[in-house]
This record gives sequence, C-alpha cells and structure tokens, in this order.
Amino acid sequence: MTNPRSDTLVIIPAYNEGGKIAGIIAKIKSLGIGLDVAVVDDGSKDDTVSKAKDAGAVVLPLPGNLGYGGALQTGFRYALQNGYSYAVQIDADGQHEPTYIKDLLSPVKAGMADVSLGSRFMGLGDYKPTFARAMGIKLFGGIASAIIGRKVTDPTTGFQALNRDVIRFYASDTYPVDFPDADVLIMLHRAGLRSIEVPVMMYPRTEGTSMHSGLKPLYYIFKMMLSILVTLMRKNAFRKG
Amino acid sequence: MDKVQIVSVVISLAILLGVFELVRNGRLREAYSVLWICTAIVMICISVFHQIIDKFGAMAGIGSSATVLFLLAFIFLILINIQFSLIISVLTERNKLLMQEMAILGQRIEELENKTELS
Repeated sequence: MTNPRSDTLVIIPAYNEGGKIAGIIAKIKSLGIGLDVAVVDDGSKDDTVSKAKDAGAVVLPLPGNLGYGGALQTGFRYALQNGYSYAVQIDADGQHEPTYIKDLLSPVKAGMADVSLGSRFMGLGDYKPTFARAMGIKLFGGIASAIIGRKVTDPTTGFQALNRDVIRFYASDTYPVDFPDADVLIMLHRAGLRSIEVPVMMYPRTEGTSMHSGLKPLYYIFKMMLSILVTLMRKNAFRKG
Repeated sequence: MDKVQIVSVVISLAILLGVFELVRNGRLREAYSVLWICTAIVMICISVFHQIIDKFGAMAGIGSSATVLFLLAFIFLILINIQFSLIISVLTERNKLLMQEMAILGQRIEELENKTELS
C-alpha cells in the first residue's frame, strides 16, 4: 500500500479523452485543496494515458475497454486499497465543472451526508436535456424520490463526492457496473447510507456520443427497472463501517 | 425392439460416450457435463421404454408422442441455455475483477519502477 499524499482522491474514468483530460486535471489541481487525481484509462486508443501522466495524475490502465461503470469502480477499488477517506467522481468529457468539487466535498467532510450528488437541475446553469432524456430523468427521479423519501432531481448524475463507507460500497460486487444510475441511489438508501443533492453546473457535451445513444435507451429503461426491483427484493448485506 | 428404437438407443449411447470422452480428456469440466449426461440417460430410457412417452403424453394431455419428444427436447435446451447464461455471468464478473486488479497493479508497478530509478 502506498501512502496517499492527500485524504481525497478524484477519480476520472476516461476513454479516448486525450484532448480534454489535461485541462480537467489542471483545473482540479488549481483548486488548491490538495486533491490526488486518478485517471482510469478504459483502454483508450489515443494519448489519454500520456496526457494524464504529464498533467500529474496517477493513471490506472485497464487492459481493454470495460465500460464506464467498470472503469469507475476500478478507481474506487484503488481508493479503498490506498486508504483514501474521501473520493470524488467526475467525468472526463468536460460536462462537469471541476470548480464544484469543493461544494460537493464540504457536506461529506462535515459529516452531513455519506455521499453528495451534483444535480444540474437545481438552478445552476441552463442545461436542457432532450425530451426523451427529460422523461427518463422524471420517471426514475420520481421512483427514486418515492423510495428514498427525499426529492431526487438528477438521478443520472455522475458527479459525486463520497466518504469511505460509500467507497467501500461502490467497490463491492453489488455495484451495478452497466449503468450506475438511479438504482445506485436506491441501493445507497437501502444500505443505510445518506445521500444529498448539491446544485452544480454541467455543460452539454460538445463532441463524441453519449453512452445513452442508439438502442441503448430501451435497454437502459429495462435494466434500470429490473435493477431497482431486485434491489428492493434483496436483503441488504452492507454494514456501515 | 423395432428399428426406431435401435437407432435412437445408438444415438443416445454415442452422445453419452462422447460426453464421457470430453470429460475424460479434460476438454469438458465435470460440473458442466451433468446436464448432458442426464439428458443422454433420459434419452436411452425413453428409447428402450417408449411407453414412458405415451404415459407422459396422456398425463400432460398431449396426444402425439412426437410432440412430447419435442417438448422434452425444448425444455432441455432452455435449461442448458440458462446454465450457459449463468456461467457467462460468473465469467464476466471474474473478467471485470481481473481487468480492474490488473489496472491497479499496473499503476503500482510503474510507481515502484519510478522509485527504484530515483534511488
């Protein structure tokens, strides 16, 4: 085990983001709150790895393309093995504004919640999802709200800060690696972990395709429904540390 | 025994021996051969005592014994497919874990290499 230089690790799963990764890492470093950065390279074919290393990040090189959730989980396993107390997950495609890492971390470090979720629908920015996307967010946000008993405005957010309990939870086998999403919020709730939403600004994606494209939305709806259903039927095996 | 019975007994025996041979030379794992061996044995029983099929058909309300055979074959294929899906799920999970640990170890090796270069 290496001794972490900081108590907080920022995890960035990246696939062919050589054009953007250095800028995001630089922005995180310039926040000046001493964050370690780990880029999980999901088998990129471009220069993501060298760009990330040059920018001063630790790179976890996956030997192939594992997909978003699996890449993200690699970061959580690394955080767990290296004794980090807190982790932040942020996307490499530039949709998430790193400035808000501070806002996400403060309620978690203050012990107000185990995980804080960045929501783009709480007044900051003017992110406008497509109609289909908005319907999905409404549907699963509604289901999640009803089960958790707290308003969930953005169930699909991939911009989060979390403590060691949640790192342990995300690193476990129950973490759904296909599309970690609304079902994760319900799993967290069932595991007795407290989540809150924090307003953040998100930018629309400028290049590349979203992971929600093609026939995938149909699979997404099916998978999410099934995942939520089995989550509710399962006994919770997670014990808070 | 009539001709059909002899043919089906021979085919069933061939399948049973084939599966045994695959297990013996290590190409098929014992755990995955169970369903195949059971099926071959059931096929032999049905071939020899074809009254079983007629009895089963009467019980389930199926008139034709051909339909009963197709039904049994269909059930077997579904079972084997479910078993395959289960195995694939286990393998996918293990594969994911391997890739993740490989990434973490890859980083660790590089870190250690950098350390030895410095010292």
